Amino acid sequence: MDTKLVVMNEMLFSLTNWEDQMKRRNFLALAGVLTAGLMSTSALAADPIKFGVVSHLTGPLAGGEAVTHIPNIELWVQQVNDRGGLSVGGEKRPIEIVTYDDKTNPAEHIKAVQRLATQDKVDFMLSPYGTGFNLAAAPIYAKYNYPLIAVSSITDEIEELTERFPNMFFTLGSTSGFVDGVVTTLTKLREQGVIGNKVAMVNVADAFGIELADTARPKFVEAGFEIVYDKSYPLGTPDLSPVVKGAKAASPDAFVAWSYPPDTFALAEQAIIEDLDVGAYYSAVATAFPAFSKKFGGKIEGVLGAGGVNPDTPAMQEYRNAHEEVTGKVPDYWASATYYAQLQILEQAIEGVGEIDQAAVIDYIKANEFDTVIGPVKFDKHNNSDRYWSVGQWRDGQFRAVADTGMGDSADPVAKEGWN
Amino acid sequence: MDIVISGLLLGGSYALIAMGLNLQYGVARIMNLANGELLVLGALAAFWVFTTTGMSPLVTLFAVAILGFAGSWAVYRVFLVPLVRRSANQGQLEVDSILATFGMSFFLVGVMVSIHSEYFTYSFLASPVALLGTTVALNRLVAFCFAVLIGGGLYLWLNRTRAGLAVRAVAVSPEAAGLVGINVDRVSALAFAVGGMVTGVAGVLVSTFITLDASVGVIFTMKALIIVIMGGVGDIRGSIIAALILGMVESAVATLIDPGLTLASAYLIFLLILLFRPQGLFGRRAA
Repeated sequence: MDTKLVVMNEMLFSLTNWEDQMKRRNFLALAGVLTAGLMSTSALAADPIKFGVVSHLTGPLAGGEAVTHIPNIELWVQQVNDRGGLSVGGEKRPIEIVTYDDKTNPAEHIKAVQRLATQDKVDFMLSPYGTGFNLAAAPIYAKYNYPLIAVSSITDEIEELTERFPNMFFTLGSTSGFVDGVVTTLTKLREQGVIGNKVAMVNVADAFGIELADTARPKFVEAGFEIVYDKSYPLGTPDLSPVVKGAKAASPDAFVAWSYPPDTFALAEQAIIEDLDVGAYYSAVATAFPAFSKKFGGKIEGVLGAGGVNPDTPAMQEYRNAHEEVTGKVPDYWASATYYAQLQILEQAIEGVGEIDQAAVIDYIKANEFDTVIGPVKFDKHNNSDRYWSVGQWRDGQFRAVADTGMGDSADPVAKEGWN
Repeated sequence: MDIVISGLLLGGSYALIAMGLNLQYGVARIMNLANGELLVLGALAAFWVFTTTGMSPLVTLFAVAILGFAGSWAVYRVFLVPLVRRSANQGQLEVDSILATFGMSFFLVGVMVSIHSEYFTYSFLASPVALLGTTVALNRLVAFCFAVLIGGGLYLWLNRTRAGLAVRAVAVSPEAAGLVGINVDRVSALAFAVGGMVTGVAGVLVSTFITLDASVGVIFTMKALIIVIMGGVGDIRGSIIAALILGMVESAVATLIDPGLTLASAYLIFLLILLFRPQGLFGRRAA
C-alpha cells in the first residue's frame, strides 16, 4: 500500500513541478515554436509555409543548440506570424516549423533531413548546429535543391564545398579567418606592450580543436610568437587542473584554448583558482554564452573568446531586446545574431521571389544583398559572406567584438587584468 | 605532490560516481543504465535551486538524498521487481534490467531537456585553497570530503551492522540469503535505493565543479561501470580503490606525459585488470 502512495506522491510532485516551470518560463523552446505555429495557423486561413529543422534536442551538442539556434527560431516564427506571415503570391502565409531530434547523431540527422524532404515535403529548411552536421547534410540539401545557409559552421573548404553544392552558403567565416582574428588580437596587445611573445595553447582533442590548433600553430610562429605550452586534452576531461597548472608553469604572456563549452567553463574556473596571470586569455566556443558571464560575473572582465558582436547598432539592440522579451533568454554574443540573420535572409529571399520556388530562392540569395541584424549580407562568388566578427572580449557585462573580417566596427582589445 | 593531491581529489569524485552503481549492480543485481541520468538529475536539482533561489547545493544535497532514496525505492518496487520475479537466472535479469533502465534513461533525458536544455553551470565555492604546497579548488575538496564520508559510512554500514550483513549476504548469494531468513526483496530494494541516493548526492557534488547538461549522463554511467568492474562487483572497497587508482593515474599521466593521453591510460588500466584479474580487484572468482 505505502509503496503505491510513494509513487503517487512522486508523480504528483513531478507533475506540479512541471506545470510550474511551464508557467514560469518558456523552457521548452520546441513547444513554444509549435504553439506559436499552431495558434497562428488556426488564426489564419492561408496555408502555412513549412520550414523543417533537424535539431540536436538531446546529445552532446544539445546545450549549444538550445542557446544559439532554438530561441531564434521561436523569436522569428512569432515575429513573422504576428505580422500575418510571409507575403507569397499576393497573400500572407504563416510559418510552420517541423522539428526532429537527431540525438546529435549524424546518421540520424541525415535520415531526418531526408524525411523532411520526402515525407513532410517542407518548403525550406533551417541549417543545423555544428560544422560536421552542416557538411554531412549538404549532399541531401543539394539533392532536393534546398538552400542551405550554414551558420554554426566554420571551415577552410568553403570554395570546394560551394562548388560541389551550389545551394550552400556560409556566413560565420573560415577556420583561417577565425584564427587570424586571434593572432591579430594578440599582435595588437603586444604592440600595446600588454603582452610579450609567449603563448600557451591548448585544444580539445576532437576535429574542431585539432583543426584550429593545426591552423594556429604556424600562424602564431609567423606573427613572431613563441608557443611555450602546446597540449591537447580529451573531450569531457573531468579535471583540467593539470592542463592549467602546466600552462602556468610555462609562464606564458597569453593563454589560448580551442575549447568546447564544458571545458571553456572548466578552464576559466581553473584559471581563476590557479590565478593564471596572463595579459590575454582566450577560449573558444561558449565564451560568448550569457551563462559564461552569469557563472563568473566580473571575474571574466577582459576575457577574450570566439565570436563577439557590435552591441551598439540599433538593429542589434532591437534584436537583443526582442529575443529576451519573446524567449525569456539573453541571446549569445556570437552565432545567435548570425543565425537570426539566416532567417532574415530566407524571409527576404522568399518574399523577393514571391513564390515557393527553392531554385529561384537560391538564385535570389546569390544575386542580392540582405539587410540583417548583423548588417548588410552579400554573398561572393563562392557563396561566402566575408563579413563576420571573430574575436570578442568581455567588457562591462557585454561581449564586444575586438577582431573581425569585413565588419570594420571592432573595438581595440585591452589587457586582462587579474581574475577579480 | 601536485599529482597525488589532484589524483586523490579526482579519484574521490570517481568514487562518488561509482559507489551507487556498485550497490545497485552488486546487491540488487540491476545493471542500472539510467545511473548517469540520475546523477545528472541531482546536478540539475542543485543547479536549478542555486540559480533560482541562491540556496547552497550543500543544502539541496539533503533533499536530493531523500528524493533519490524514495524515488529509487519506488522505481525498484514498481518497475524492477517484476523483472526480478520472472527472471530464471542472473543473465536473464541482467538483460531485462539493462533494457528497462535503458528506457528509463531516455525518459529522464527527455524530462531534463524540457526543464533546462542548456548547460548546468554555476559557481559555487570556486576559490583556491592551499593544501600541502599545491592549490586546489574548494568545491573539489568539499566533494572529496563527502566522498570520504559516504564511502566510510557505507563501509561501516556494510561491515558493522546487521542490515549491512544482510546486504552483503544478498550480494554473495540471493538464494542462500533467502534460505537463512533474509527478506531478499526488501534488502535488494534497500540496496537499490541507497545506491540511487548516493548517485543523486554525487550529482549535486559533481555539479559544483563540472559543467553538465541533460544528455551527459551516459558518460558517467560508463565511467561508473568501468570503476565497478575494475574494483569488483558488489564490493565497496574495490570501487573506492579502483576510483583512486584511476584518479591517480589520470592525474599523473596528464601532468608528466600529456593530458591528451588520460583517457587512453584509463582504458589501458581497465584492460590490464580485465586481462589479469577479470573478477576485479576485490571481486570473487565465479565458482
